[in-house]
Amino acid sequence: MPTTIFRNGVRELMEEGAQLVDVLPPEEYGEAHLPGAINIPLKELNRETTEQLRRDEPVIVYCYDYL
Amino acid sequence: MSPRAAWRLEGLGFSKAHDYAPGRVDWFAAGLPMEGGLASVSTVGDMARGDVPTCAPGEKVGEVRGRVRRTGWDRCVVVNEERVVLGLLCEKDLTSDSEATAEEAMRPGPTTVRLDTPAEKMAERMRKRGTASVLVTTPDGELIGLMYRKDAERVTAEQA
Repeated sequence: MPTTIFRNGVRELMEEGAQLVDVLPPEEYGEAHLPGAINIPLKELNRETTEQLRRDEPVIVYCYDYL
Repeated sequence: MSPRAAWRLEGLGFSKAHDYAPGRVDWFAAGLPMEGGLASVSTVGDMARGDVPTCAPGEKVGEVRGRVRRTGWDRCVVVNEERVVLGLLCEKDLTSDSEATAEEAMRPGPTTVRLDTPAEKMAERMRKRGTASVLVTTPDGELIGLMYRKDAERVTAEQA
């Protein structure tokens, strides 16, 4: 089951090398994203697009806000 | 959106999927680093003067007044132990009853803005409302500083 985390949790995991995935559309990702985040829009999240990620390491996904 | 993304990742075999539910709004509002086109835009966080005087709610106005005047300011932000903004003591409040506590004399719940608000946009809003300064906080209400409209106007004019 995925874990919900908050700002401090993100910072800790980032320090440990966690992978960050911004699932917003490319235009919004281009405007602003977290340092080191890659962009895989939600609609494109599939086996092929996630090949670039390490499956056994922490991955953090985020979008705009809670909605 | 991100909860669905996290579940999707788990379905794709990711055993350590995490959902940062508050998202980028929360991150940027806390003044944390940003990459992308907007990263070079000046924000109120860049302009906030962090040396604005603060006091605890239980301090006497007379004591606060002396301290504030020695630093050359004309106002003081009332904060709790976590530096969360509780109120504001303006010049008039600082000259009120010296024996009153800051909590009794303060203007509670002053308007605050988030760190990542673009300075130019904020200056425009303040101009329309005739506001000269505004308090800048994190999303948790922690004081970052006080931003003067004139600072934001000067910097945006320089960047134009």
